Amino acid sequence: MAQPLVKKDDDRDDEADYSPFLGIEKGAVLQEARVFNDPQLDPRRCSQVITKLLYLLNQGETFTKVEATEVFFAVTKLFQSKDTGLRRMVYLMIKELSPSADEVIIVTSSLMKDMNSKTDMYRANAIRVLCRITDGTLLTQIERYLKQAIVDKNPVVASAALVSGVHILQTNPEIVKRWSNEVQEAVQSRAALVQFHALALLHQIRQNDRLAVSKLVTSLTRGTVRSPLAQCLLIRYTSQVIRESSQNPQTGDRPFYDYLEACLRHKAEMVIFEAARAITELSGVTSRELTPAITVLQLFLSSSKPVLRFAAVRTLNKVAMTHPLAVTNCNIDMESLISDQNRSIATLAITTLLKTGNESSVDRLMKQITNFMSDIADEFKIVVVEAIRSLCLKFPLKYRSLMNFLSNILREEGGFEYKKAIVDSIVILIRDIPDAKESGLFHLCEFIEDCEFTYLSTQILHFLGNEGPKTSDPSKYIRYIYNRVILENPTVRASAVSTLAKFGALVDALKRVD
Amino acid sequence: MESFPTIKNILLLDSEGKRVAVKYYSDDWPTLDAKLSFEKSIFSKTMKTNARTEAEITMFDDYIVVYKFVQDLHFFVTGGSEENELILASVLQGFYDAIGLLLRNSVDKRTALENLDLILLCIDEIVDGGIILETDGSAIAGKVASNGIDGGASLSEQVIPSLGNLIFASWFYLYRLFVLRVIHVHKTTQFPHCRPSVKRWPQRGSTLQDLS
Repeated sequence: MAQPLVKKDDDRDDEADYSPFLGIEKGAVLQEARVFNDPQLDPRRCSQVITKLLYLLNQGETFTKVEATEVFFAVTKLFQSKDTGLRRMVYLMIKELSPSADEVIIVTSSLMKDMNSKTDMYRANAIRVLCRITDGTLLTQIERYLKQAIVDKNPVVASAALVSGVHILQTNPEIVKRWSNEVQEAVQSRAALVQFHALALLHQIRQNDRLAVSKLVTSLTRGTVRSPLAQCLLIRYTSQVIRESSQNPQTGDRPFYDYLEACLRHKAEMVIFEAARAITELSGVTSRELTPAITVLQLFLSSSKPVLRFAAVRTLNKVAMTHPLAVTNCNIDMESLISDQNRSIATLAITTLLKTGNESSVDRLMKQITNFMSDIADEFKIVVVEAIRSLCLKFPLKYRSLMNFLSNILREEGGFEYKKAIVDSIVILIRDIPDAKESGLFHLCEFIEDCEFTYLSTQILHFLGNEGPKTSDPSKYIRYIYNRVILENPTVRASAVSTLAKFGALVDALKRVD
Repeated sequence: MESFPTIKNILLLDSEGKRVAVKYYSDDWPTLDAKLSFEKSIFSKTMKTNARTEAEITMFDDYIVVYKFVQDLHFFVTGGSEENELILASVLQGFYDAIGLLLRNSVDKRTALENLDLILLCIDEIVDGGIILETDGSAIAGKVASNGIDGGASLSEQVIPSLGNLIFASWFYLYRLFVLRVIHVHKTTQFPHCRPSVKRWPQRGSTLQDLS
């Protein structure tokens, strides 16, 4: 019998916290489970009890070893019922209970009977349950049925066996490897998902054999692939083959590059994206090879679907690290993403622009980012700050506007991690760009006048003590440090005193303090 | 390392972030506390966004999470950071569509809890141990609701009504609800010994012919 499609009451006045499980209690439900032992089983009632048990488990309730065993034994009695709906719930319950090896034996024969049942639903689910709960010894007994199931006419049964095979491969690889012929046959299946599962399993079986994988890829790239998921798998395996073969980009195209490029024109977006991503991740990829992939990703940037925009901008972000010039065509689309509702997308767009921007666009970019920063959460801001730091190191001549930007955001609201990231960035810029030293130290001094984080104040004072004496006019900083001696909490005051001492020790001109 | 797409968890939370139905397929959250903490974080991170028309996406802690909200239910699917985001989105869409079919478009927390068995079976038919079984919503719903999946008629034809059937059924239902009730009530006021019986919407296993 099918499960209830919907239970609808005629009067559905909303009771705010109504739940059919209100007041449910583990002990009471376990008592109810005694009904499984009745010689006259009521399938509806039993299903309800199982649902309650599953609800408890789902909410994080645990059963003691004794309770679990009792429930398991009670549930096994339910195999006597012919009700298909109840049988589905029994399968679900057995999987949740994860019975131990000696308990499993009780249900083995029932499940094996179901595995050979005329009802396809029983076969498919019994396979999945058995393969989840058994160990190697039983597996050899049922191997014959699994091999038959892999090439079963019914695609759900075949998929169940293939997917179980992938799981079993982790623990008993030698058993699954004997199924190669059947799996190979299943790869040719007309049922879309059977091919997908078979391909996954076959690859897993053969993944250490380079030649076998290469043959598999060669035959399938020329054959028929029936589902987008299988196509994505094939793209991944193709990338693997390309990686492992001795490629020579100078002498003509890579092997299989044509296949990847053709996938960029597939009708399913997941395939297009998988192919584009695979191309961008080819080792030693050339600009010529990248171009079609980037074109496609650029189109995704203006999609109405956030998932596509996100996937595209994340991939372009990675490409920008190694091939910034290849991504510059996308800059206009990226700039419009800065105001994207989805803040992850917006942040990725900004950080990509920071990597691909050239010196002339830096000022414009900084202006756009200033508005953007107030809208996003601290964790995104930190990402942006680090990208700005890299940008500044790339274009040292632009230090002024970037440094100003950093000091402005330092003055605004923000958490500790965020401010620390900014301070670290300023410190790095001071260290690496000699011209930026004076203004950088100055900005830091202004910051400690109003800094709520003791740790940061002390770090900055320490840094000042090291760098200040080396500047052209150390006396400028004395006022700031001296104020810290008077106005702050003890930790900061101590730090300020040490800093003054350093100035005094290292700068002769200041030794006499009037 | 597997190269096939893997799902790390499927979560169905209510509008306060509490569990309606969840399933984890990864050891990344070994304790209940770890799981609850993840659920709390992902819920609070996404609750202010508008994920009602299109599926939304975010990265969190090295995981990609795609999500969608409808009424007071929040659907989440999580994958690793290297996963193809569109594949995750197709799993989410399948989950969302299947639930919509199974709950007859009455997708809210109360209906979900009243049909928790369907929800759990649904999740069971989408992913097995992290491997995607099916992403098409009507196929998933068909596997859950059908009496059997024996060959012949396509899965979605067996019990899930086609649109034409649904339209017919809804008009028929409305006819029964209003017209026949009126007649019944009229009859009972004239003939008090005829009590109107409140017929419910078809029970499980019944076909459309059983409506009378």
